[in-house]
Amino acid sequence: MDTNEPIISIRGVTKIFNTKESEVDALIDINLDIYQGEIYGIIGQSGAGKSTLVRCMNFLERPTKGSVIFDGQNLADLSLKELLKVRQSIGMIFQQFNLLMQRTVLKNVCYPLEIAGVPKKEAKQRAIELLEMVGLSDKINAYPSQLSGGQKQRVAIARAIATKPKVLLCDEATSALDPMTTRSILELLKDINRKFGITIVIITHEMNVIESICDKVAILDNGRVVEVGKVEEVFVNPKSEAGKRLVFKTDEQFSEFGSEKVYRIVFDGQSAFEPIISNMVAKFKAPVNILFANTKNIGGKAFGQMLIQLPEDRILSKQMLRYLEERSVKYEEVTQDA
Amino acid sequence: MLDAQTLSMIGKGIIETLYMVIVSTVCAYAIGLPIGLILVITDKNGIRPCPIISKVLGFIVNLLRSVPFVILMISVTPLTRKIVGTTLGTSATIVPLVIASAPYIARLVESSIKEVDAGIIEAARAMGTGTFKLIYKVLIPEAKPSLIIGGAIAITTILGYSAMSGFIGGGGLGDIAVRYGYYRSETEILLVTVAVLIIIVQGFQELGMRLAKHCDKRS
Ligand SMILES: Nc1ncnc2c1ncn2[C@@H]1O[C@H](COP(=O)(O)OP(=O)(O)O)[C@@H](O)[C@H]1O
Ligand SMILES: [Mg+2]
Repeated sequence: MDTNEPIISIRGVTKIFNTKESEVDALIDINLDIYQGEIYGIIGQSGAGKSTLVRCMNFLERPTKGSVIFDGQNLADLSLKELLKVRQSIGMIFQQFNLLMQRTVLKNVCYPLEIAGVPKKEAKQRAIELLEMVGLSDKINAYPSQLSGGQKQRVAIARAIATKPKVLLCDEATSALDPMTTRSILELLKDINRKFGITIVIITHEMNVIESICDKVAILDNGRVVEVGKVEEVFVNPKSEAGKRLVFKTDEQFSEFGSEKVYRIVFDGQSAFEPIISNMVAKFKAPVNILFANTKNIGGKAFGQMLIQLPEDRILSKQMLRYLEERSVKYEEVTQDA
Repeated sequence: MLDAQTLSMIGKGIIETLYMVIVSTVCAYAIGLPIGLILVITDKNGIRPCPIISKVLGFIVNLLRSVPFVILMISVTPLTRKIVGTTLGTSATIVPLVIASAPYIARLVESSIKEVDAGIIEAARAMGTGTFKLIYKVLIPEAKPSLIIGGAIAITTILGYSAMSGFIGGGGLGDIAVRYGYYRSETEILLVTVAVLIIIVQGFQELGMRLAKHCDKRS
């Protein structure tokens, strides 16, 4: 956001896994630029290649083709020793937390500092501060098995940012957590991003996660990036099939619609749509079927969307659409291309 | 029949057996632990895959493990004579014990280390941990409870081998059982040695399990 050079630049990355039975094209010609300070979301269904992509960012997985540039360095050019050093400036958290089970919470947070060669005393001091920041001062001597999922992820976050990394990679970090804990973990990540300017890459299969904290989003489908954009743009007007599926949550909703025309109305916080729809129904004295509606808070702005089914009568439905246009309500037809 | 002399003989037997078993276990671990680690690390799904090393090492380990202990004990006598100077007595028995149990320990270590959650290894690698630090800061500490149980299993197996060595004059309780129980049919002495062996085995097992449980922070 504040510099022109991306902190992570993925150029033509392809990853092919050769297994005994077959070849899996996990990633196909991926190009992405992630800038300093951004919270960048990567969303896709299970098996889309998200984990593979994020593991390419710190070279836990080496791309079959293409390059990964981190902070101006092509990771492929680094020696093993240099690569280990770079990894110390890229934090990572996981769905299963992956804490060292035989170490206390404090010792877990000290771990990356030990690896980085920070003196013991200093490391301990820093670990204590970090644990305080994530709200776990009272658990420093506990073992991971004594913590709840949310607490474990907090420890994992403290551990991941202990070496003051430039980037924090989160692979499904909230997928094992309940909605409330998810929200608090996402808040914490947002705080960390704001306070320390750490660039955060969020991998998820849930649109909610993207909507609640990401600035930008890339949609990954079958190993390809099918859409990239600002979250609100993608939310308001998803272009790809995968994007539409994610924004509307499921594809079943489309099949239920039958032959009747379905329109998607998006409203952006200027006006509420409930009165418009009810006024419309009152005016035309014809039923409007609301199939789906939700409102979201994206980047501090309220967004709403609604899927409505208009009457079969073509003339009547045309009039209704004109009514919406007159009130400058954006709509688009979604029936056919599902 | 269980006079003072017999008792002191059995006491000496216990000490000899413990000496053989403990020294052998320590030596076998010193050899088996690194081999087990190398087997895990060079495995095709390991941290530093190297099929040649893992295959060759795996082959040698399997080969040694498939030789019955009694046969191995006899076939290494030339080597034992070279190392210890004699083929009789407790110190001489340590050589075949170590050779027989190191490959077994390597496999035990391998399976303990393989139990370490792949996610934990992934996290450690993501933090920039090199292979060597991964081994001693992550793999061994995380596998510690399982390694301790493996150690207890190894020690009891070695104890069993050491008793077998009694047939070729290996010393210890096995020797007593063979000489008095088998050749002279002194059932009472035989029963006492058996009881003592059972107690020692159970003792090591119990100790191992308790230690493992005590140091496992997962539950
Ligand atoms: N080590 C591997 N060996 C073979 N195939 C793999 C490996 N890792 C991932 N894959 C395959 O690559 C595809 C993408 O996997 P992944 O990146 O884990 O997807 P996601 O995280 O989006 O669920 C899947 O088809 C998966 O089976
Ligand atoms: Mg995944």
